[in-house]
Amino acid sequence: MTGNEAMAEAAIRAGCRAYFGYPITPQNEILEYMAGHIPAVGGAFIQAESEIAAINMCYGASAAGVRTMTSSSSPGISLKMEGISYLAGADLPCVIINVARGGPGLGNIAPAQGDYFQATKGGGHGDYRMIVLGPATIAEAIELVMLAFDLADKYRVPVMVLSDGMLGQMMEPIMLPEPVDPTLLPAKPWALSGARGRDPNVVTSYFIDPGDLNRINTQRQSRYHQIEENEIRYRETETSDATIIIVAYGAVARIARTVVVMARSQGIKLGLVQPITLWPFPYAPLRALSSQVNTILTVEMSAGQMVEDVRLAVADRAKTPFYGELGGLVPTPKDILREVKRNVS
Amino acid sequence: MATLWTGISMEESFVFAGFGGQGVILTGKLLAQAGADYGLQVTWLPSYGPEMRGGTANCTVILSNEPIGSPVVDNPTALVAMNLPSLDRFEKTVAKAGTILINSSLVARPTERDDVRVLNVPANDIAVSLGNSQAANMVALGAIIKATGIISLELIKSTMVRMLSHKDSANLIAVNQQALEAGYSAL
Amino acid sequence: MSVNMDNMVKVFERPRSLTDAQFSYCPGCHHGLVTRIIAHTIDELGIQDRAVVVTPVGCSVIMYEWFRCDGIQAAHGRACAVATGIKRVNPNLIVFTYQGDGDLAAIGTAESIHAANRGENITVVFINNQIYGMTGGQMAPTTVVGQRTTSCPNGRNAQIAGYPIRFAEVIAQLDAPVYVTRQALYDQKRIMAASRAIKKAFQCQVEGRGYSLVEILTNCPTNWRMSPVEANSHLMNEVIRTFPLGDFVDRD
Ligand SMILES: Cc1ncc(C[n+]2csc(CCOP(=O)(O)OP(=O)(O)O)c2C)c(N)n1
Ligand code: SF4
Ligand SMILES: [Mg+2]
Repeated sequence: MTGNEAMAEAAIRAGCRAYFGYPITPQNEILEYMAGHIPAVGGAFIQAESEIAAINMCYGASAAGVRTMTSSSSPGISLKMEGISYLAGADLPCVIINVARGGPGLGNIAPAQGDYFQATKGGGHGDYRMIVLGPATIAEAIELVMLAFDLADKYRVPVMVLSDGMLGQMMEPIMLPEPVDPTLLPAKPWALSGARGRDPNVVTSYFIDPGDLNRINTQRQSRYHQIEENEIRYRETETSDATIIIVAYGAVARIARTVVVMARSQGIKLGLVQPITLWPFPYAPLRALSSQVNTILTVEMSAGQMVEDVRLAVADRAKTPFYGELGGLVPTPKDILREVKRNVS
Repeated sequence: MATLWTGISMEESFVFAGFGGQGVILTGKLLAQAGADYGLQVTWLPSYGPEMRGGTANCTVILSNEPIGSPVVDNPTALVAMNLPSLDRFEKTVAKAGTILINSSLVARPTERDDVRVLNVPANDIAVSLGNSQAANMVALGAIIKATGIISLELIKSTMVRMLSHKDSANLIAVNQQALEAGYSAL
Repeated sequence: MSVNMDNMVKVFERPRSLTDAQFSYCPGCHHGLVTRIIAHTIDELGIQDRAVVVTPVGCSVIMYEWFRCDGIQAAHGRACAVATGIKRVNPNLIVFTYQGDGDLAAIGTAESIHAANRGENITVVFINNQIYGMTGGQMAPTTVVGQRTTSCPNGRNAQIAGYPIRFAEVIAQLDAPVYVTRQALYDQKRIMAASRAIKKAFQCQVEGRGYSLVEILTNCPTNWRMSPVEANSHLMNEVIRTFPLGDFVDRD
């Protein structure tokens, strides 16, 4: 099973019963897997006419109370941004997988991390936040897809799993979790189920009165604060005695695990912090580590996006160099080790 | 580190490379699956996209008895070069004392490396002699597992049978089995 | 009658408005043939120095590398909007889009219909191969009922995915278009007819008459998993039952 197929299967096991998508490389296997498998569990599948249509189908299915997902890759995710803003504005849960590729524009189909800003800082309009989860291995991807559905329902927010072409296309042995029975999930009293014996439910992001919109937005912001308080996730490797630390997420974090082993065998006290929630970002743990180490090296497959969050966390308590590869090139363990060495000497 | 069935204790990383139609992606998948069946840690990372159409294709397979970090390798311990462009591209990357398997049916030049083990296997010729030139990839796989000793012939055969069985092609399975055996005993 | 592609392409000399760059299409793909026909037309009409190709996202995405004329790459589906922008600010240019069925008739439906409805003086070449070629063979809006693709593995089911869109007929409902036709390439006669249609569509624009659409039924041997010869007979015997050939609009 490729990473893409594993994420699709994880979604079905999480109780996802509506999937809408549009072909784009390198995420086609999610669409194709769903085409073959979600109807078998009674779920809805449509190959939409565009990503815009797909995300709006999600808006509808989610409003009807069903666990809903769409997936795409960078150019298609750009088209979904309007819909994501509407999901956020109407407090609808939805899971969006981005199997990111090289950009901007059509870019290429190689793995890349240039969509971090778009994902974590709000690519759509308005004051909204989206939980963003960055898996580094297929096992993590499965776990995080399952988690994404739970968080989306719990906080009534869109949740993105920010993966990339490397993870989507590769294979490794995995354990699949037990399937969730969607009929046993908590009820959604706000869903559009027909106003029989109750007042009508309305799903909208339209509040013409500034006072109303202010109140709604403020309530939503307080939910965002809860998320920041409760849901930050990250993984530390060999940090306790480290003098230099790499911060990396997704595919790069995984490559960096090998770099830690290589560096340690050469006597370099290297550690690794992998942010798993990219929003909310683990500022506090990085801040804590920053007074213990000399250098916090951020490595990304981008021109430097997450590094801005790292620098916010670290301020001037440690050096914060950056190493990035652009255009879909994947840094190898040797490349990263070279950067580590340059920064310890 | 724990040891493998052959007594080898290490991590092997393979690059399979060739023309789009030579089946290198599938070959790598088969090795990865066999490794997983044996209880090893494995990763399989393909090149993907338009590259696969007519052009060159490759995949990286790592088998290890430890958890695998990077699925991307700088220096694979084994290269299977099914055509000349693959040898040109990956020859220099192979780790010292590693293995380069050259499909000598299609690659005329010898390797320039003198610090690796070189195996010349006329994979296409052997496959043709078995009646199916498409099975050259399996010949090469049979040879490389013998050379590295990482997986037994029996295991790779049974994994192949399982992987192909849903394609209900007894004939294809038989040919591939012969090709694996022929590659294994070609060394 | 089945046709050997190698013989077919020799109908033309290498057109002057083609560069030396090699096509990246699969062997036997009709994309290459249409690309040559267009280049030939550009030569014949002597418009190479004012032609602009708007390339889609699809197997022909890098078409600008093959034409010796100006070119621009449009976002997936947006070629007609891009062409509109170019033509409106420089009406002297001969602007044409070249779009697949996914590009034109799925994600680009709105742009495609509205450019036609405004009667933009552009030429639209629509490559209907009933599949998403570039992304590896998913269902297209034109995929015929029953046809298997990677995203309808059991064949297109009209109950779930609807019916194939006959885009030429849709466009023909509008008042503005001046020339709307559907052509095919499965034999010599058809190739000649399609060449004439493409030439006529460009002429409409040169004469300032308005919008034209040439839909061409083409193959995708790779994703149909057929040889070019099998693909031709599939087109001739199956596909034209869903997509009849002929002119739908031909206004003077
Ligand atoms: C916004 C966006 N969504 C999806 C894609 C992926 N994509 C590339 S080509 C293509 C469709 C190709 O099919 P078609 O238009 O029929 O052209 P063909 O390759 O068959 O000639 C798609 C969906 C993209 N590049 N951008
Ligand atoms: S994939 Fe299909 S449409 Fe694209 S170049 Fe190949 S044969 Fe032609
Ligand atoms: Mg098409």
